[in-house]
Amino acid sequence: MRSNRAAAAGAVTLSLALAATACGGGSATGGGSNDSPKTLTYWASNQGASIEVDKKVLQPELAKFEKQTGIKVKLEVVPWSDLLNRILTATTSGQGPDVLNVGNTWSASLQATGALLPWDAKNFDKIGGRDRFVDSALGSTGAEGEDPAAVPLYSMAYALYYNKKMFADAGISQPPATWDELVADGKKLSKDGKWALGMEGSNPSENIHHAFVFAKQHGADFFTADGKADFTGDGTVAAVKQYVDLMATNKVIAPGNAEYAQNQSVSDFAKGKTAMLLWQSASANLESQGMSKDDYGIAPVPVRSGTPGTGKQVNSMVAGINLAVFKNTDNLDGAAEFVKFMTSDAEQKILNKAYSTIPPVKSAQADAAFATPANGVLKDTLAKSAVALPQVADESQFETAVGTAIKGLFADAAAGDPVTTGSVKAALQKAQQQMPAA
Amino acid sequence: MTTTAEAERPAVRTSPPGADRGPRRRTGRIRRVGLPYLLLLPALLLELLVHLVPMVIGIVISFKELTQFYVRDWGAAPWSALDNYRVSVDFDAPAGEALLHSFLVTIAFTVLSVGLCWLIGTAAAVFMQDTFRGRGLLRALFLVPYALPVYAAVITWVFMFQYDNGLVNHVLHDQLGLTDKPSFWLIGDNSFFALLTVSVWKGWPFAFLIVMAGLQNIPRELYEAAALDGAGVWQQVRRITLPSLRPVNQVLVLVLFLWTFNDFNTPFVLFGRSAPEAADLISVHIYHASFVTWYFGIGSAMSVLLLLFLLLVTGGYLALTSRGRRKAS
Repeated sequence: MRSNRAAAAGAVTLSLALAATACGGGSATGGGSNDSPKTLTYWASNQGASIEVDKKVLQPELAKFEKQTGIKVKLEVVPWSDLLNRILTATTSGQGPDVLNVGNTWSASLQATGALLPWDAKNFDKIGGRDRFVDSALGSTGAEGEDPAAVPLYSMAYALYYNKKMFADAGISQPPATWDELVADGKKLSKDGKWALGMEGSNPSENIHHAFVFAKQHGADFFTADGKADFTGDGTVAAVKQYVDLMATNKVIAPGNAEYAQNQSVSDFAKGKTAMLLWQSASANLESQGMSKDDYGIAPVPVRSGTPGTGKQVNSMVAGINLAVFKNTDNLDGAAEFVKFMTSDAEQKILNKAYSTIPPVKSAQADAAFATPANGVLKDTLAKSAVALPQVADESQFETAVGTAIKGLFADAAAGDPVTTGSVKAALQKAQQQMPAA
Repeated sequence: MTTTAEAERPAVRTSPPGADRGPRRRTGRIRRVGLPYLLLLPALLLELLVHLVPMVIGIVISFKELTQFYVRDWGAAPWSALDNYRVSVDFDAPAGEALLHSFLVTIAFTVLSVGLCWLIGTAAAVFMQDTFRGRGLLRALFLVPYALPVYAAVITWVFMFQYDNGLVNHVLHDQLGLTDKPSFWLIGDNSFFALLTVSVWKGWPFAFLIVMAGLQNIPRELYEAAALDGAGVWQQVRRITLPSLRPVNQVLVLVLFLWTFNDFNTPFVLFGRSAPEAADLISVHIYHASFVTWYFGIGSAMSVLLLLFLLLVTGGYLALTSRGRRKAS
């Protein structure tokens, strides 16, 4: 009797587990349909100062879309910290949105899950063709040689934001163009409780963006040509050390920044506590914190020598947001229609103005609104001296592993412990061992 | 007299049709035997859905090579036999070494946290036994950490531990001058102590509550008799209070141990997705393996190992303490 009951319980458990598997399996084979042509669900990443701001920006545009097409779009704005996990959960369960935002550096990682609709020539034709988009933006939409997993929506690049008054007070006439100049200026600026440069030492993504650019400037890369992790080459070690040394030996970054991960460095800059900030599209954020447009200037991120350009003169990653469609959507045509709408010239202008980003659509970029000096620097950087992060399937693991290793190095620097070539190499070695198939 | 009465009674009894009797008795029995099971059924089903099914799935995943490439259809992920377990316990390789490190950190953290929670909770409960003015207010205050939502409480600690503007550095450095320079609490080695502080702050009121309840059950006469026989306060605590609290403490320590060992919220809110090495608790470590680096297979294997460890410890502890109790009685 007892064994019977146990067997019955086992059978129920098993059947439920199988049912769960079947659910997962069902979504995998589902290639999308047009079963519900009148609705779409859209996950937008949090771009504005708050989720409310985003809703205010997006809702009128979605209403416009509904008027044009009769398709109602259900909007959900997802905070950055949740976005990757939410996408992953949606991928697993098959219960996701139809259209969604992905950080462009994750494109290849998410492409590897096979959950996103590939943008082949046929799909691109539906939205006006691949040629409408800027090349550098297309470079971070998926692994090389494969159809893009997403379409560029907003483009961004890093720039050097500097406080004009603090520069004038220190007798500095122009923003630094090289790291040596930045350190020299930094020594003049870091005094009386104020510091030269702000950064986010506990934010792995910020760390990896900067480390990547420093590595490029050292002519090094974190991945070999065939996509294998290679974190401990001399160039990458020197690059990471140079970055951490801005705090450890050059002392132009306040030790407290080692703890920052919630954009505190933006607030410090807005309050005049730090004179410089390396950031992407900070304007809207700075103004919302009470800093006037005239108080700060925007210059290209410094390079090792000369002016930014290609090769070793790279001074930014290609940052931005891509728009992707879930393969198993129930409104395939509507989703394509929506992507076409969001990447149309008119919408590109409206949205990128609202978020102080640059349109990745060539014809929209030509608009006068994106020709301001600030946008000029970003546009120039994107066109000439920005490179996409490695488009490999392990990109998101790379961000976490190396970003976290650098967080640890900043903790050492902040505590006054020495940061040596050896300790940097050891930290990167450990990060590399955390990568798949290391 | 009696005959009429007996003659009347069956007449009354047979008024319902006799054929109905059997089935009714049977439904009665079914109800008596089946009803408890019927009432248990919803709970049983929920338990199955909420605990057992995910557990079974977790165990299945621990034998699979599940990464982002298969997450969309995890049933199709290739079987990896015992590979995930082998990787997890290979202490010479990076993944195993990190797991062992995190395990040891968690052990140290749990022992210290449970010990301190118990000590502070017991001391407070003993102290609060005597009636004095403001006892009720103090008792309520003691329970504040227990009543606050975890997230709100821990976020407040994050603010207090800040390097630049935090209260902790302000008091330790600026006001008391105990350190020659402000310290970092949320990064580097100090993070262990920051975590311990918050954990003890959060955990001791529970110990206090339970021990206080236990103390109420000790008859006052025992103390009076002991006092008459000349036992001092310490002797009373040692000979009466602690032995009488034994059964309470057994449960308390076990529950605190399990809660602390598995605590995820405190480190996650304090340090975010990647904790500093010194405070890399096993729960966050497994989360990191599963949801940050997307090694779901290895993460599941680690979870299963952790479950086995906790079962072993709990079983051993219960066996040990119940044997002690049997001997005592």
